[in-house]
Order: sequence, then C-alpha cells, then structure tokens
Amino acid sequence: MAEGITDLDMNSFDETIGSSDTPVLVDFWAEWCGPCKMIAPILEEIAVEQENIKIAKVNVDDSPDLARRYEIMSIPALIVFENGEPAKKLIGAKPKGALLEEIGEFL
Amino acid sequence: MNDTRDVIIIGSGPAGLTAAIYTARANMAPLVIEGEPSSTSDQPGGQLMLTTDVENFPGFPEGIMGPELMSNFRSQASRFGAEFITAKVTSVDFSERPFTIEVGETSYKSHTVIVSTGAQSLMLGLPNEDRLIGHGLSTCATCDGFFFRDQEIAVVGGGDSAVEEATFLTKFASKVYLVHRRDELRASKIMCQRAFDNPKIEILWNTQVAEIQGEGKLSGVILKDTLTEATRSLPVDGLFIAIGHRPNTDLFKGHLELKENGYLVTEPSSSLTKVPGVFACGDVQDDYYRQAITAAGSGCMAAIDAERWLEEHPS
Repeated sequence: MAEGITDLDMNSFDETIGSSDTPVLVDFWAEWCGPCKMIAPILEEIAVEQENIKIAKVNVDDSPDLARRYEIMSIPALIVFENGEPAKKLIGAKPKGALLEEIGEFL
Repeated sequence: MNDTRDVIIIGSGPAGLTAAIYTARANMAPLVIEGEPSSTSDQPGGQLMLTTDVENFPGFPEGIMGPELMSNFRSQASRFGAEFITAKVTSVDFSERPFTIEVGETSYKSHTVIVSTGAQSLMLGLPNEDRLIGHGLSTCATCDGFFFRDQEIAVVGGGDSAVEEATFLTKFASKVYLVHRRDELRASKIMCQRAFDNPKIEILWNTQVAEIQGEGKLSGVILKDTLTEATRSLPVDGLFIAIGHRPNTDLFKGHLELKENGYLVTEPSSSLTKVPGVFACGDVQDDYYRQAITAAGSGCMAAIDAERWLEEHPS
C-alpha cells in the first residue's frame, strides 16, 4: 500500500533518499508560500495513489542547507531523486494532471 | 450530461467568491470554476494568494495573510452551498441561452454567467525571461524572496505591489534596487515613505531594464536611463518583476466586448456586459481601482445583478 508523505530534514535526508528502492519526489516548501499550500493536497493524493514513487517534504525554513545544496531559488520546487541523485527538477505549482505528466517516466 | 445551472462563476478571487456567497444565499446554487494551481496569480484565490500581509482590507486591524483571507472567502461560499471545480475554463459560448462553458471535455450550461477571471502579472517581454523564471527571475516576492538572503536583488516597478515587494524583500536581501522608469512612484504615500526610509532600498529613477542576463541562473541586468539612453550593467542575484497586471480575458475575445487594453467592458456602476445574462466583476473589468475590497464589492453587485436578471428573464 502506498504511504503518506515523509518529512525530511538535514538529519534524515541523505539516508532516506540514499536507501530508497523507488524514486522519491521531494517537495521543497514553506509555511508562508501560497502556491506550496495549493499543491499540498495534490501531493497527498499522489502519495496514496502511486505505488512506484515515494513523496517527501523539506521545509526550507527548517533546512536552508538542503535548499542551498539543490540550488532552490523559488518554491514550490519538486525534485525527483532516482538512485539517490536528482533526476528532474520542477519549479512552481501545477495542476495534478500536469504534474503527473512531468513525473510520468518515474511512475 | 449535467443539469443547467442558474449561475456559473468563472474565477475565484475576491470578486468571484463574493459573488458565490451572495448567489448561494439567494438559492441560486452557484458553481464556481475556480482555476488550477499555478505559481502565477492566475489560480484559485487570485492575486492575494501570492502576497503575505494584507493590511488594507477592511475588518482586519492587524492585517491578515492573503492566502488565509482567500481561504476564509472560500469557506464562507462553501458554507452556503457554493460548489467548486478546480479546473480552468477552456472555452465559452454566449451566443444563446442557456450559455455553454467548456472545461476540457466537460460541458456546462447555465442561465447566467459571472466572469471574474481577474488579472495576472505582466512580464517585461525581454529575451531570457521564460528561461530564467524560477532561476533568479520571479514575479512573486513572497514565494522566492527567502532564497536571496544576504544577496543583492532588484525589483522592477513603481506601484504599490513593487514597493511592497521591495520592502518585503529587505527582510532577506542585503540590498534591494527599485528600478522605476519615471521620477515618481505610483504607490500610496505610506508605502513610498516606507521605501524612502528603508536603508536597504535604493531607488533607481528613470531607469528601465533593457536586458536580463544569466546562463543557468540570473547573473544581472543591463539598465537603461530613460532620459539619457545611457546603459550600464548591474549584477544582481534576483530580479522581481512588479510592473502591473494584464486582465485574463483571452477566453472572451469574440464573445464579450473588450477595451483596447484587454479589460472587459461593463456598464458604469454595474456588472452588466453587452451580453444579457453575462456579468463581470473584479479586476477583469476594473483597470482603475483594482483592490481586493473593490473586487469583493463588485462581486456582490454581479450576484445581485444576476439574481434580479434571472427573476426578470425566467428560463
């Protein structure tokens, strides 16, 4: 059964991403970011519906080093990690259909 | 095939949602086609989704966050029975009653339509814009400002939005250049004073952005003096565009009357368009006031106009 969304920070990030056997979509977000809130329910749906990809979240206020590491300059930013490495980066809020299309190759 | 509605509302900013509250309470069972998530202002909730504190909407002495205000509007509409579809209208047909509204493959019919699609940020129209958006170039200070901590950035524009964004960005940036093409700001007096008093803000008067530069990300801009035509380069890590908005009226070309600047035409002091039964409210038909409160007010007008019209023209 597909799981919910995991919160990651500097302590848990590398381990979780490195040890995952499926691609992981990481959502970089913040409390004050309107568009981030718009896509939150969409990501929750995808987490439940999709078996072959995991969804995780990184709060950029709590983990600015992670945001800097991946050169995040605008949120929401979604990065798909495959085998521990960033494979695709998406910037900005999108509707569910468009998002699924963008990550189709990883599902 | 779904039933013909009494009213469909296109757009869900303060205008559309106020119209939804009023039509719901008038037992018109409104269907609101609220738009799709995006990082531009063309999305559910409208322009206020991209701002932080809203200080000038009456009723909130301490101010309220834009997204929170819009969430309240939406809950209120929902409470009285407004239905929502989170999608964008793809085409309309106002040639006969009931009117047809297409959302992708699905067709909706309605006896009246309230258009409240609002406006979205204008871009400079310079090369490299599409490529650098999200990579140092932004139209949303609240979304992206965080990432420019201790960096030098520029904001283009001279109205309230530009000054508000510049002021907000001083929370993060080491320096904010406010680039304005004239020698006077359009912004409200109180906002101007805040900008003048802020030691991190430097206003570059009579200046335009002539070029946006950068490879993987923004590296700087070329500025042009509007009086002397002299150019100079300004290295910046971030550039925020706040030069105004254009109305979301592409959908209505050929169906409703538009002004030369793209705004929808409505009869003075009403929401009536040239098509009986179709009403417009909010920024989509307001190129002058463009405030959340005036949009909300016009949304109420549209609801009352629609209700009365429907009484006089039963289906």
